[in-house]
Amino acid sequence: MSPQPFDSIKGFAVTFRQIFKKPITQQYPEYKRPVYPRFRGRHRLWRHENGLEKCVGCSLCAAACPADCIRVVADENTADNRVSPGERYARIYEINLSRCIFCGYCELACPFDAITLEAEYELSEYSRDDLIYTKDMLLAPPVKRVPVADRELYDTPQPVWKLES
Amino acid sequence: MASTAARRHAPIYTGTRIPSPIPSVLKVDPALREDDDILEVNFGPNHPSTHGVLRLIVELNGERVEGVEAVIGYLHTGFEKNMEQKTWWKAITYPERIDYLSFQINELAFVLAIEKLLEVEPPAKATWMRTLLCELSRIHSHLIWLGTGALELGAISLLWYCFRERDAVLDLFELVTGVRMHTRYFQAGGLAEDIPPGFFTECRKFADMFPGRVDEYEALLDRQAIWLERTKGIGLLSAEDAIALGQSGPVLRASGVDWDLRKVEPYLAYDQVDFDVPVYFNGDVYDRYKVRMDEMRESTRIVQQCLDGMPEGPWIVDDRKIVLPPRHELHTSMESLIHHFKLVTEGYRVPVGEVYVAIESARGELGCYVVSDGGPKPWRVKFRAPSFVALEATATTVAGSLVADLIAILGSLDTVMGDCDR
Repeated sequence: MSPQPFDSIKGFAVTFRQIFKKPITQQYPEYKRPVYPRFRGRHRLWRHENGLEKCVGCSLCAAACPADCIRVVADENTADNRVSPGERYARIYEINLSRCIFCGYCELACPFDAITLEAEYELSEYSRDDLIYTKDMLLAPPVKRVPVADRELYDTPQPVWKLES
Repeated sequence: MASTAARRHAPIYTGTRIPSPIPSVLKVDPALREDDDILEVNFGPNHPSTHGVLRLIVELNGERVEGVEAVIGYLHTGFEKNMEQKTWWKAITYPERIDYLSFQINELAFVLAIEKLLEVEPPAKATWMRTLLCELSRIHSHLIWLGTGALELGAISLLWYCFRERDAVLDLFELVTGVRMHTRYFQAGGLAEDIPPGFFTECRKFADMFPGRVDEYEALLDRQAIWLERTKGIGLLSAEDAIALGQSGPVLRASGVDWDLRKVEPYLAYDQVDFDVPVYFNGDVYDRYKVRMDEMRESTRIVQQCLDGMPEGPWIVDDRKIVLPPRHELHTSMESLIHHFKLVTEGYRVPVGEVYVAIESARGELGCYVVSDGGPKPWRVKFRAPSFVALEATATTVAGSLVADLIAILGSLDTVMGDCDR
Protein backbone atom coordinates (compact mmCIF):
# COMPACT_ATOMS: atom_id res chain seq x y z
CA MET A 1 0.00 0.00 0.00
CA SER A 2 2.70 2.39 0.94
CA PRO A 3 4.19 3.76 -2.27
CA GLN A 4 7.86 4.14 -2.94
CA PRO A 5 9.28 7.59 -2.20
CA PHE A 6 10.44 8.17 -5.79
CA ASP A 7 6.83 7.98 -6.98
CA SER A 8 6.41 11.50 -5.67
CA ILE A 9 9.16 12.78 -7.96
CA LYS A 10 6.70 13.49 -10.78
CA GLY A 11 4.83 15.76 -8.42
CA PHE A 12 7.96 17.52 -7.32
CA ALA A 13 8.81 18.10 -10.98
CA VAL A 14 5.52 19.95 -11.43
CA THR A 15 6.31 22.14 -8.47
CA PHE A 16 9.89 22.68 -9.62
CA ARG A 17 8.79 23.79 -13.08
CA GLN A 18 6.81 26.62 -11.51
CA ILE A 19 10.05 28.36 -10.59
CA PHE A 20 10.65 29.26 -14.22
CA LYS A 21 7.11 30.46 -14.87
CA LYS A 22 5.93 34.00 -14.46
CA PRO A 23 3.49 34.45 -11.57
CA ILE A 24 -0.13 34.87 -12.63
CA THR A 25 -0.86 37.24 -9.77
CA GLN A 26 -2.27 40.59 -10.82
CA GLN A 27 -1.35 43.50 -8.59
CA TYR A 28 -4.96 44.53 -8.30
CA PRO A 29 -5.34 48.09 -7.04
CA GLU A 30 -2.48 49.27 -9.26
CA TYR A 31 -3.35 47.07 -12.20
CA LYS A 32 -6.97 46.67 -13.25
CA ARG A 33 -7.72 43.80 -15.56
CA PRO A 34 -9.91 45.00 -18.44
CA VAL A 35 -13.42 43.64 -18.11
CA TYR A 36 -15.16 42.16 -21.12
CA PRO A 37 -17.57 44.49 -22.94
CA ARG A 38 -20.61 42.53 -21.76
CA PHE A 39 -19.61 42.94 -18.13
CA ARG A 40 -22.47 44.01 -15.91
CA GLY A 41 -21.28 46.36 -13.22
CA ARG A 42 -22.72 49.54 -11.76
CA HIS A 43 -25.72 51.08 -13.45
CA ARG A 44 -25.59 54.27 -15.42
CA LEU A 45 -28.43 56.53 -16.53
CA TRP A 46 -27.96 58.27 -19.85
CA ARG A 47 -28.84 61.64 -21.33
CA HIS A 48 -29.66 62.58 -24.90
CA GLU A 49 -27.13 64.73 -26.72
CA ASN A 50 -29.24 67.83 -26.00
CA GLY A 51 -28.95 67.23 -22.27
CA LEU A 52 -32.41 65.80 -21.68
CA GLU A 53 -32.64 62.55 -19.77
CA LYS A 54 -33.47 59.43 -21.71
CA CYS A 55 -35.51 58.02 -18.83
CA VAL A 56 -39.21 58.77 -19.08
CA GLY A 57 -40.18 57.23 -15.75
CA CYS A 58 -42.13 54.27 -17.12
CA SER A 59 -40.98 51.99 -14.25
CA LEU A 60 -40.43 49.01 -16.53
CA CYS A 61 -37.01 48.51 -14.96
CA ALA A 62 -38.57 48.41 -11.51
CA ALA A 63 -41.13 45.89 -12.77
CA ALA A 64 -38.44 43.70 -14.26
CA CYS A 65 -36.14 43.71 -11.25
CA PRO A 66 -36.12 40.31 -9.50
CA ALA A 67 -34.59 41.86 -6.37
CA ASP A 68 -36.96 44.83 -6.22
CA CYS A 69 -34.08 47.23 -5.77
CA ILE A 70 -35.20 50.02 -8.14
CA ARG A 71 -37.55 52.78 -7.04
CA VAL A 72 -38.99 55.14 -9.60
CA VAL A 73 -41.38 58.00 -8.88
CA ALA A 74 -42.50 59.70 -12.06
CA ASP A 75 -43.69 63.28 -12.52
CA GLU A 76 -45.13 65.34 -15.39
CA ASN A 77 -42.87 67.43 -17.53
CA THR A 78 -43.94 71.08 -17.68
CA ALA A 79 -42.98 73.80 -20.13
CA ASP A 80 -40.62 75.55 -17.69
CA ASN A 81 -39.25 72.31 -16.22
CA ARG A 82 -38.49 69.95 -19.05
CA VAL A 83 -36.32 67.03 -17.95
CA SER A 84 -37.00 64.35 -20.54
CA PRO A 85 -38.34 64.46 -24.10
CA GLY A 86 -41.46 62.47 -23.19
CA GLU A 87 -44.51 63.45 -21.23
CA ARG A 88 -43.13 62.29 -17.92
CA TYR A 89 -39.77 62.01 -16.25
CA ALA A 90 -38.38 60.21 -13.22
CA ARG A 91 -38.51 62.62 -10.29
CA ILE A 92 -36.93 60.03 -8.01
CA TYR A 93 -34.77 57.26 -9.38
CA GLU A 94 -32.98 55.14 -6.81
CA ILE A 95 -31.16 51.87 -7.05
CA ASN A 96 -30.27 50.04 -3.89
CA LEU A 97 -27.02 48.42 -4.94
CA SER A 98 -26.82 46.34 -1.79
CA ARG A 99 -29.85 44.44 -3.06
CA CYS A 100 -29.00 44.46 -6.74
CA ILE A 101 -27.99 41.08 -8.18
CA PHE A 102 -26.63 42.53 -11.45
CA CYS A 103 -28.83 40.34 -13.61
CA GLY A 104 -29.23 43.09 -16.19
CA TYR A 105 -32.98 42.66 -16.61
CA CYS A 106 -33.40 46.43 -16.21
CA GLU A 107 -31.37 47.20 -19.30
CA LEU A 108 -33.26 44.53 -21.23
CA ALA A 109 -36.55 45.98 -20.05
CA CYS A 110 -35.81 49.65 -20.75
CA PRO A 111 -37.39 50.59 -24.09
CA PHE A 112 -35.22 53.73 -24.42
CA ASP A 113 -31.67 52.54 -23.57
CA ALA A 114 -31.87 54.92 -20.62
CA ILE A 115 -30.26 52.54 -18.13
CA THR A 116 -27.30 50.29 -18.82
CA LEU A 117 -24.93 48.30 -16.70
CA GLU A 118 -21.43 49.63 -17.07
CA ALA A 119 -17.97 48.35 -16.29
CA GLU A 120 -17.49 49.78 -12.81
CA TYR A 121 -17.27 47.12 -10.13
CA GLU A 122 -15.56 48.76 -7.17
CA LEU A 123 -18.66 49.37 -5.14
CA SER A 124 -17.63 49.02 -1.51
CA GLU A 125 -18.77 51.67 0.91
CA TYR A 126 -18.49 52.16 4.64
CA SER A 127 -22.22 52.37 5.19
CA ARG A 128 -25.21 50.68 3.64
CA ASP A 129 -26.92 54.01 3.07
CA ASP A 130 -24.15 55.01 0.70
CA LEU A 131 -25.06 52.10 -1.54
CA ILE A 132 -28.43 53.61 -2.38
CA TYR A 133 -27.58 55.40 -5.60
CA THR A 134 -29.73 58.38 -6.42
CA LYS A 135 -30.49 59.77 -9.84
CA ASP A 136 -27.68 62.33 -9.78
CA MET A 137 -25.11 59.69 -8.91
CA LEU A 138 -26.35 57.41 -11.66
CA LEU A 139 -26.39 60.19 -14.27
CA ALA A 140 -22.85 61.35 -13.52
CA PRO A 141 -19.96 59.66 -15.33
CA PRO A 142 -18.21 57.12 -13.10
CA VAL A 143 -15.33 58.40 -11.00
CA LYS A 144 -13.32 55.21 -11.04
CA ARG A 145 -12.55 54.28 -14.61
CA VAL A 146 -12.31 50.61 -15.44
CA PRO A 147 -10.68 49.51 -18.69
CA VAL A 148 -12.91 47.53 -21.05
CA ALA A 149 -11.63 44.97 -23.52
CA ASP A 150 -12.04 45.56 -27.22
CA ARG A 151 -15.75 45.51 -28.03
CA GLU A 152 -15.14 44.55 -31.65
CA LEU A 153 -13.31 41.44 -30.56
CA TYR A 154 -15.43 40.23 -27.69
CA ASP A 155 -19.00 41.31 -28.34
CA THR A 156 -21.60 40.91 -31.00
CA PRO A 157 -21.85 43.98 -33.26
CA GLN A 158 -25.08 45.08 -31.64
CA PRO A 159 -25.42 44.56 -27.87
CA VAL A 160 -28.75 43.01 -27.10
CA TRP A 161 -29.95 45.90 -24.96
CA LYS A 162 -29.09 48.59 -27.54
CA LEU A 163 -31.61 50.07 -29.96
CA GLU A 164 -30.50 50.50 -33.54
CA SER A 165 -32.47 53.64 -34.32
CA MET B 1 -8.89 6.22 -16.74
CA ALA B 2 -11.93 4.00 -16.96
CA SER B 3 -12.09 2.70 -20.48
CA THR B 4 -15.28 1.80 -22.29
CA ALA B 5 -14.49 -1.85 -21.59
CA ALA B 6 -14.49 -1.20 -17.87
CA ARG B 7 -17.77 0.61 -18.20
CA ARG B 8 -19.39 -2.31 -19.88
CA HIS B 9 -18.58 -4.56 -16.95
CA ALA B 10 -19.93 -2.19 -14.36
CA PRO B 11 -22.92 -3.88 -12.76
CA ILE B 12 -26.33 -2.28 -12.95
CA TYR B 13 -28.04 -2.72 -9.62
CA THR B 14 -30.95 -5.16 -9.67
CA GLY B 15 -31.49 -5.76 -5.97
CA THR B 16 -34.46 -4.79 -3.84
CA ARG B 17 -32.99 -2.74 -0.96
CA ILE B 18 -35.15 0.28 -1.71
CA PRO B 19 -36.44 2.02 0.38
CA SER B 20 -33.34 2.29 2.42
CA PRO B 21 -32.98 0.48 5.73
CA ILE B 22 -29.67 2.28 6.15
CA PRO B 23 -29.86 5.05 8.73
CA SER B 24 -28.56 8.45 7.79
CA VAL B 25 -27.70 9.11 11.42
CA LEU B 26 -25.00 7.11 13.14
CA LYS B 27 -25.99 6.24 16.71
CA VAL B 28 -23.53 5.31 19.42
CA ASP B 29 -23.84 1.78 20.71
CA PRO B 30 -25.39 2.12 24.22
CA ALA B 31 -23.12 -0.60 25.57
CA LEU B 32 -20.12 1.39 24.42
CA ARG B 33 -21.41 4.47 26.15
CA GLU B 34 -21.34 2.66 29.50
CA ASP B 35 -17.83 1.30 29.19
CA ASP B 36 -15.94 4.07 27.45
CA ASP B 37 -15.63 7.78 27.56
CA ILE B 38 -17.68 9.11 24.67
CA LEU B 39 -16.79 12.67 23.85
CA GLU B 40 -19.35 14.76 22.03
CA VAL B 41 -17.83 17.34 19.72
CA ASN B 42 -19.44 19.98 17.59
CA PHE B 43 -17.93 19.99 14.12
CA GLY B 44 -18.95 23.24 12.53
CA PRO B 45 -21.10 25.16 11.65
CA ASN B 46 -18.24 27.59 11.21
CA HIS B 47 -15.51 25.07 10.54
CA PRO B 48 -13.72 25.93 7.31
CA SER B 49 -13.70 22.36 6.02
CA THR B 50 -17.44 21.80 6.22
CA HIS B 51 -17.96 23.39 2.80
CA GLY B 52 -20.32 26.00 4.04
CA VAL B 53 -22.21 25.89 7.26
CA LEU B 54 -22.73 22.25 8.03
CA ARG B 55 -22.86 21.31 11.67
CA LEU B 56 -21.98 17.75 12.62
CA ILE B 57 -22.45 16.46 16.13
CA VAL B 58 -19.67 13.91 16.32
CA GLU B 59 -19.37 11.44 19.16
CA LEU B 60 -15.85 10.21 19.62
CA ASN B 61 -14.41 7.22 21.35
CA GLY B 62 -10.80 8.30 21.48
CA GLU B 63 -9.95 8.97 17.84
CA ARG B 64 -12.76 6.82 16.48
CA VAL B 65 -16.02 8.29 15.29
CA GLU B 66 -18.87 6.37 16.89
CA GLY B 67 -21.78 8.66 16.23
CA VAL B 68 -22.55 11.33 13.65
CA GLU B 69 -25.56 13.51 13.32
CA ALA B 70 -25.81 16.28 10.77
CA VAL B 71 -27.64 19.48 11.60
CA ILE B 72 -28.53 21.42 8.50
CA GLY B 73 -30.53 24.50 7.71
CA TYR B 74 -28.07 27.25 8.54
CA LEU B 75 -28.09 28.43 4.96
CA HIS B 76 -31.81 28.11 4.39
CA THR B 77 -32.86 31.08 2.26
CA GLY B 78 -36.26 29.98 1.02
CA PHE B 79 -35.33 30.02 -2.65
CA GLU B 80 -38.16 27.74 -3.66
CA LYS B 81 -40.77 29.83 -1.87
CA ASN B 82 -39.27 33.04 -3.24
CA MET B 83 -39.54 31.72 -6.76
CA GLU B 84 -43.27 31.27 -6.30
CA GLN B 85 -43.56 35.02 -5.75
CA LYS B 86 -41.74 35.92 -8.98
CA THR B 87 -42.80 35.66 -12.57
CA TRP B 88 -41.25 32.82 -14.56
CA TRP B 89 -38.88 35.23 -16.22
CA LYS B 90 -37.54 36.58 -12.94
CA ALA B 91 -37.48 33.19 -11.24
CA ILE B 92 -34.73 32.11 -13.64
CA THR B 93 -32.28 34.19 -11.60
CA TYR B 94 -32.92 32.12 -8.48
CA PRO B 95 -31.90 28.49 -9.15
CA GLU B 96 -28.31 29.41 -10.04
CA ARG B 97 -27.89 30.78 -6.54
CA ILE B 98 -29.01 27.51 -4.97
CA ASP B 99 -25.93 25.53 -5.96
CA TYR B 100 -23.50 28.35 -6.47
CA LEU B 101 -20.68 26.14 -7.72
CA SER B 102 -22.47 24.53 -10.65
CA PHE B 103 -24.71 27.53 -11.26
CA GLN B 104 -25.26 27.02 -14.96
CA ILE B 105 -26.51 23.47 -14.51
CA ASN B 106 -29.04 24.54 -11.89
CA GLU B 107 -30.31 27.26 -14.15
CA LEU B 108 -30.63 24.74 -16.94
CA ALA B 109 -32.84 22.44 -14.85
CA PHE B 110 -35.38 25.19 -14.25
CA VAL B 111 -35.28 26.49 -17.81
CA LEU B 112 -35.75 22.97 -19.19
CA ALA B 113 -38.75 22.57 -16.89
CA ILE B 114 -40.32 25.78 -18.19
CA GLU B 115 -39.67 24.74 -21.75
CA LYS B 116 -41.22 21.35 -21.15
CA LEU B 117 -44.37 23.01 -19.85
CA LEU B 118 -44.45 25.55 -22.66
CA GLU B 119 -43.64 22.83 -25.21
CA VAL B 120 -41.00 25.02 -26.78
CA GLU B 121 -38.04 23.58 -28.64
CA PRO B 122 -34.95 25.82 -28.40
CA PRO B 123 -32.88 26.24 -31.57
CA ALA B 124 -29.89 23.97 -32.14
CA LYS B 125 -27.36 26.69 -31.43
CA ALA B 126 -28.87 27.30 -28.00
CA THR B 127 -28.86 23.59 -27.22
CA TRP B 128 -25.19 23.19 -28.11
CA MET B 129 -24.16 26.33 -26.27
CA ARG B 130 -26.05 25.14 -23.21
CA THR B 131 -24.18 21.85 -23.36
CA LEU B 132 -20.89 23.70 -23.58
CA LEU B 133 -21.58 26.05 -20.70
CA CYS B 134 -22.89 23.23 -18.51
CA GLU B 135 -19.67 21.31 -19.02
CA LEU B 136 -17.63 24.41 -18.18
CA SER B 137 -19.74 24.73 -15.08
CA ARG B 138 -19.03 21.11 -14.19
CA ILE B 139 -15.30 21.74 -14.59
CA HIS B 140 -15.65 24.81 -12.38
CA SER B 141 -17.41 22.84 -9.66
CA HIS B 142 -14.91 19.96 -9.75
CA LEU B 143 -11.99 22.41 -9.63
CA ILE B 144 -13.29 23.99 -6.47
CA TRP B 145 -13.93 20.57 -5.01
CA LEU B 146 -10.39 19.45 -5.82
CA GLY B 147 -8.79 22.63 -4.56
CA THR B 148 -10.62 22.76 -1.26
CA GLY B 149 -10.66 19.00 -0.80
CA ALA B 150 -6.91 18.77 -1.20
CA LEU B 151 -6.41 21.84 0.96
CA GLU B 152 -8.25 20.14 3.81
CA LEU B 153 -5.88 17.21 3.57
CA GLY B 154 -2.85 19.46 3.64
CA ALA B 155 -2.02 19.91 -0.05
CA ILE B 156 -2.24 23.67 -0.10
CA SER B 157 -0.59 24.21 -3.49
CA LEU B 158 -3.44 22.39 -5.22
CA LEU B 159 -5.74 25.23 -4.22
CA TRP B 160 -3.68 27.76 -6.17
CA TYR B 161 -3.39 25.49 -9.19
CA CYS B 162 -7.13 24.84 -9.23
CA PHE B 163 -8.15 28.43 -8.70
CA ARG B 164 -5.90 29.51 -11.54
CA GLU B 165 -7.91 27.35 -13.94
CA ARG B 166 -11.17 28.24 -12.25
CA ASP B 167 -10.43 31.85 -13.01
CA ALA B 168 -9.94 30.97 -16.65
CA VAL B 169 -13.37 29.30 -16.67
CA LEU B 170 -14.96 32.31 -15.01
CA ASP B 171 -13.32 34.61 -17.56
CA LEU B 172 -15.08 32.63 -20.27
CA PHE B 173 -18.37 33.07 -18.46
CA GLU B 174 -17.74 36.78 -18.17
CA LEU B 175 -16.98 36.99 -21.86
CA VAL B 176 -20.19 35.28 -22.96
CA THR B 177 -22.71 36.21 -20.33
CA GLY B 178 -21.47 39.41 -18.72
CA VAL B 179 -20.94 38.15 -15.18
CA ARG B 180 -18.63 35.59 -13.73
CA MET B 181 -21.25 33.60 -11.81
CA HIS B 182 -25.05 33.59 -11.69
CA THR B 183 -25.42 34.45 -15.32
CA ARG B 184 -29.17 34.16 -16.16
CA TYR B 185 -27.85 33.42 -19.67
CA PHE B 186 -30.32 30.60 -20.34
CA GLN B 187 -33.78 31.93 -20.98
CA ALA B 188 -36.93 30.02 -21.80
CA GLY B 189 -36.64 29.38 -25.53
CA GLY B 190 -32.89 29.70 -25.92
CA LEU B 191 -30.10 32.02 -24.87
CA ALA B 192 -30.34 35.60 -23.70
CA GLU B 193 -27.75 36.84 -26.18
CA ASP B 194 -25.84 35.66 -29.19
CA ILE B 195 -22.43 34.09 -28.66
CA PRO B 196 -19.72 36.72 -29.15
CA PRO B 197 -17.22 35.79 -31.89
CA GLY B 198 -14.21 36.08 -29.59
CA PHE B 199 -15.55 33.30 -27.40
CA PHE B 200 -14.56 30.50 -29.72
CA THR B 201 -10.87 31.35 -29.81
CA GLU B 202 -10.72 31.97 -26.06
CA CYS B 203 -12.60 28.78 -25.22
CA ARG B 204 -10.49 26.71 -27.58
CA LYS B 205 -7.40 28.08 -25.90
CA PHE B 206 -8.78 26.91 -22.58
CA ALA B 207 -9.86 23.51 -23.87
CA ASP B 208 -6.41 22.87 -25.34
CA MET B 209 -4.66 23.94 -22.17
CA PHE B 210 -6.85 22.25 -19.60
CA PRO B 211 -6.15 18.49 -20.04
CA GLY B 212 -2.46 19.20 -19.44
CA ARG B 213 -3.36 20.97 -16.25
CA VAL B 214 -5.39 17.98 -15.07
CA ASP B 215 -2.28 15.86 -15.69
CA GLU B 216 -0.40 18.26 -13.45
CA TYR B 217 -2.90 17.83 -10.63
CA GLU B 218 -2.68 14.08 -11.00
CA ALA B 219 1.11 14.21 -11.01
CA LEU B 220 0.93 16.10 -7.75
CA LEU B 221 -1.54 13.79 -6.06
CA ASP B 222 -1.83 10.39 -7.73
CA ARG B 223 1.31 8.79 -6.34
CA GLN B 224 1.79 11.11 -3.43
CA ALA B 225 2.37 9.03 -0.30
CA ILE B 226 0.44 11.29 2.06
CA TRP B 227 -2.47 11.68 -0.33
CA LEU B 228 -2.71 7.91 -0.81
CA GLU B 229 -2.57 7.26 2.94
CA ARG B 230 -5.35 9.76 3.52
CA THR B 231 -7.66 8.60 0.73
CA LYS B 232 -7.16 4.91 -0.13
CA GLY B 233 -9.63 2.68 1.62
CA ILE B 234 -11.20 5.57 3.53
CA GLY B 235 -14.93 6.21 3.59
CA LEU B 236 -16.01 3.00 1.93
CA LEU B 237 -19.43 2.90 0.35
CA SER B 238 -20.59 -0.24 -1.41
CA ALA B 239 -22.61 -0.08 -4.60
CA GLU B 240 -25.62 -1.55 -2.85
CA ASP B 241 -25.49 0.96 0.00
CA ALA B 242 -24.95 3.82 -2.42
CA ILE B 243 -28.07 2.92 -4.35
CA ALA B 244 -30.11 2.30 -1.22
CA LEU B 245 -29.09 5.74 0.01
CA GLY B 246 -30.14 7.32 -3.27
CA GLN B 247 -26.68 8.48 -4.22
CA SER B 248 -25.96 9.67 -7.72
CA GLY B 249 -23.19 11.34 -9.63
CA PRO B 250 -19.50 10.84 -8.81
CA VAL B 251 -20.23 9.23 -5.43
CA LEU B 252 -22.28 6.50 -7.07
CA ARG B 253 -19.89 6.04 -9.97
CA ALA B 254 -16.95 5.67 -7.60
CA SER B 255 -18.83 2.76 -6.03
CA GLY B 256 -18.90 0.96 -9.35
CA VAL B 257 -22.36 1.76 -10.67
CA ASP B 258 -22.49 3.02 -14.22
CA TRP B 259 -25.24 5.60 -13.97
CA ASP B 260 -25.05 8.97 -15.64
CA LEU B 261 -28.17 10.79 -16.71
CA ARG B 262 -26.29 12.29 -19.62
CA LYS B 263 -25.96 8.74 -21.00
CA VAL B 264 -29.09 6.99 -19.83
CA GLU B 265 -31.56 9.82 -20.39
CA PRO B 266 -29.79 12.15 -22.78
CA TYR B 267 -30.90 15.75 -22.75
CA LEU B 268 -29.48 18.75 -24.64
CA ALA B 269 -26.89 17.58 -27.16
CA TYR B 270 -25.41 14.81 -25.03
CA ASP B 271 -26.61 12.11 -27.41
CA GLN B 272 -24.68 13.76 -30.22
CA VAL B 273 -21.33 14.16 -28.51
CA ASP B 274 -18.91 11.37 -27.72
CA PHE B 275 -17.81 10.93 -24.15
CA ASP B 276 -17.15 8.19 -21.61
CA VAL B 277 -18.57 7.87 -18.14
CA PRO B 278 -15.71 7.13 -15.74
CA VAL B 279 -16.54 4.35 -13.30
CA TYR B 280 -14.37 3.11 -10.46
CA PHE B 281 -15.08 0.21 -8.19
CA ASN B 282 -13.60 0.66 -4.73
CA GLY B 283 -16.01 3.27 -3.39
CA ASP B 284 -13.40 5.04 -1.30
CA VAL B 285 -12.29 8.66 -1.21
CA TYR B 286 -9.53 7.98 -3.72
CA ASP B 287 -11.93 6.60 -6.29
CA ARG B 288 -14.27 9.55 -5.91
CA TYR B 289 -11.27 11.74 -6.59
CA LYS B 290 -10.36 9.70 -9.66
CA VAL B 291 -13.92 9.84 -11.00
CA ARG B 292 -13.95 13.61 -10.78
CA MET B 293 -10.52 13.94 -12.39
CA ASP B 294 -11.65 11.80 -15.32
CA GLU B 295 -14.90 13.70 -15.53
CA MET B 296 -12.98 16.94 -15.96
CA ARG B 297 -11.14 15.41 -18.92
CA GLU B 298 -14.37 14.11 -20.41
CA SER B 299 -15.99 17.51 -19.95
CA THR B 300 -13.13 19.11 -21.84
CA ARG B 301 -13.71 16.61 -24.63
CA ILE B 302 -17.38 17.60 -24.75
CA VAL B 303 -16.43 21.28 -24.77
CA GLN B 304 -14.13 20.70 -27.73
CA GLN B 305 -16.81 18.81 -29.64
CA CYS B 306 -19.32 21.56 -28.90
CA LEU B 307 -16.90 24.17 -30.23
CA ASP B 308 -16.40 22.15 -33.41
CA GLY B 309 -20.05 21.31 -33.90
CA MET B 310 -21.64 24.60 -32.88
CA PRO B 311 -24.42 25.14 -35.43
CA GLU B 312 -25.21 28.49 -36.98
CA GLY B 313 -28.57 30.14 -36.73
CA PRO B 314 -30.76 31.93 -34.22
CA TRP B 315 -29.98 31.65 -30.52
CA ILE B 316 -33.55 32.02 -29.29
CA VAL B 317 -36.96 31.02 -30.63
CA ASP B 318 -38.98 33.63 -32.44
CA ASP B 319 -42.07 33.49 -30.26
CA ARG B 320 -43.40 36.85 -29.16
CA LYS B 321 -45.49 35.30 -26.42
CA ILE B 322 -42.46 34.20 -24.38
CA VAL B 323 -39.39 35.96 -25.79
CA LEU B 324 -38.74 39.70 -25.70
CA PRO B 325 -39.07 41.14 -29.22
CA PRO B 326 -35.91 42.27 -31.01
CA ARG B 327 -34.83 45.68 -29.79
CA HIS B 328 -34.87 47.43 -33.13
CA GLU B 329 -38.59 46.76 -33.47
CA LEU B 330 -39.45 48.73 -30.35
CA HIS B 331 -39.27 52.05 -32.18
CA THR B 332 -40.96 50.89 -35.33
CA SER B 333 -43.66 48.42 -34.35
CA MET B 334 -46.42 49.23 -31.88
CA GLU B 335 -47.24 45.54 -31.57
CA SER B 336 -43.72 44.73 -30.49
CA LEU B 337 -43.77 47.50 -27.92
CA ILE B 338 -47.00 46.13 -26.45
CA HIS B 339 -45.50 42.64 -26.33
CA HIS B 340 -42.42 44.08 -24.65
CA PHE B 341 -44.45 45.84 -21.96
CA LYS B 342 -46.64 42.80 -21.41
CA LEU B 343 -43.69 40.44 -21.08
CA VAL B 344 -41.76 42.66 -18.71
CA THR B 345 -44.58 43.67 -16.42
CA GLU B 346 -46.75 40.58 -16.40
CA GLY B 347 -44.48 37.88 -17.77
CA TYR B 348 -45.54 34.99 -19.95
CA ARG B 349 -48.14 32.50 -18.85
CA VAL B 350 -47.24 28.85 -18.67
CA PRO B 351 -49.90 26.18 -19.32
CA VAL B 352 -51.32 24.21 -16.40
CA GLY B 353 -49.30 21.15 -15.58
CA GLU B 354 -46.55 19.65 -13.51
CA VAL B 355 -43.19 18.51 -14.69
CA TYR B 356 -40.10 16.88 -13.27
CA VAL B 357 -36.80 17.41 -15.04
CA ALA B 358 -33.76 15.46 -13.91
CA ILE B 359 -30.31 16.36 -15.19
CA GLU B 360 -26.79 15.38 -14.22
CA SER B 361 -25.32 18.12 -12.10
CA ALA B 362 -21.70 18.13 -11.02
CA ARG B 363 -22.86 16.48 -7.80
CA GLY B 364 -25.39 13.99 -9.15
CA GLU B 365 -29.00 13.94 -10.15
CA LEU B 366 -30.45 17.41 -9.96
CA GLY B 367 -34.20 17.32 -10.18
CA CYS B 368 -36.49 20.26 -10.71
CA TYR B 369 -40.18 19.74 -10.02
CA VAL B 370 -42.42 22.55 -11.16
CA VAL B 371 -46.18 22.93 -10.92
CA SER B 372 -47.94 25.59 -12.93
CA ASP B 373 -51.51 26.72 -12.40
CA GLY B 374 -51.56 28.57 -15.69
CA GLY B 375 -50.60 31.88 -14.17
CA PRO B 376 -47.60 34.13 -14.70
CA LYS B 377 -45.84 32.71 -11.62
CA PRO B 378 -44.86 29.15 -10.76
CA TRP B 379 -47.29 27.59 -8.32
CA ARG B 380 -44.68 25.32 -6.77
CA VAL B 381 -40.99 24.80 -7.37
CA LYS B 382 -39.01 22.03 -5.74
CA PHE B 383 -35.44 21.04 -6.30
CA ARG B 384 -34.06 17.61 -5.65
CA ALA B 385 -30.70 18.71 -4.39
CA PRO B 386 -27.86 16.21 -4.90
CA SER B 387 -25.92 17.68 -1.97
CA PHE B 388 -28.71 16.88 0.43
CA VAL B 389 -28.75 13.28 -0.71
CA ALA B 390 -24.98 13.03 -0.59
CA LEU B 391 -25.05 14.18 3.00
CA GLU B 392 -27.28 11.23 3.88
CA ALA B 393 -24.39 8.94 3.10
CA THR B 394 -22.24 10.55 5.79
CA ALA B 395 -23.24 8.11 8.52
CA THR B 396 -22.53 5.02 6.43
CA THR B 397 -19.22 6.24 5.07
CA VAL B 398 -17.94 7.67 8.33
CA ALA B 399 -18.82 4.70 10.58
CA GLY B 400 -15.78 3.56 12.53
CA SER B 401 -13.30 5.88 10.86
CA LEU B 402 -10.84 8.21 12.51
CA VAL B 403 -11.87 11.76 13.19
CA ALA B 404 -9.19 13.08 10.83
CA ASP B 405 -10.68 11.01 8.03
CA LEU B 406 -14.06 12.55 8.67
CA ILE B 407 -12.86 15.64 6.86
CA ALA B 408 -11.57 13.67 3.92
CA ILE B 409 -14.84 11.77 3.65
CA LEU B 410 -17.03 14.84 3.93
CA GLY B 411 -14.95 16.54 1.28
CA SER B 412 -15.23 13.57 -1.04
CA LEU B 413 -19.03 13.60 -0.86
CA ASP B 414 -18.84 17.16 -2.24
CA THR B 415 -21.79 18.79 -0.59
CA VAL B 416 -22.60 22.42 -1.16
CA MET B 417 -24.58 23.69 1.77
CA GLY B 418 -26.43 26.27 -0.29
CA ASP B 419 -27.72 23.42 -2.38
CA CYS B 420 -28.48 21.30 0.67
CA ASP B 421 -30.43 23.89 2.67
CA ARG B 422 -31.86 25.95 -0.19
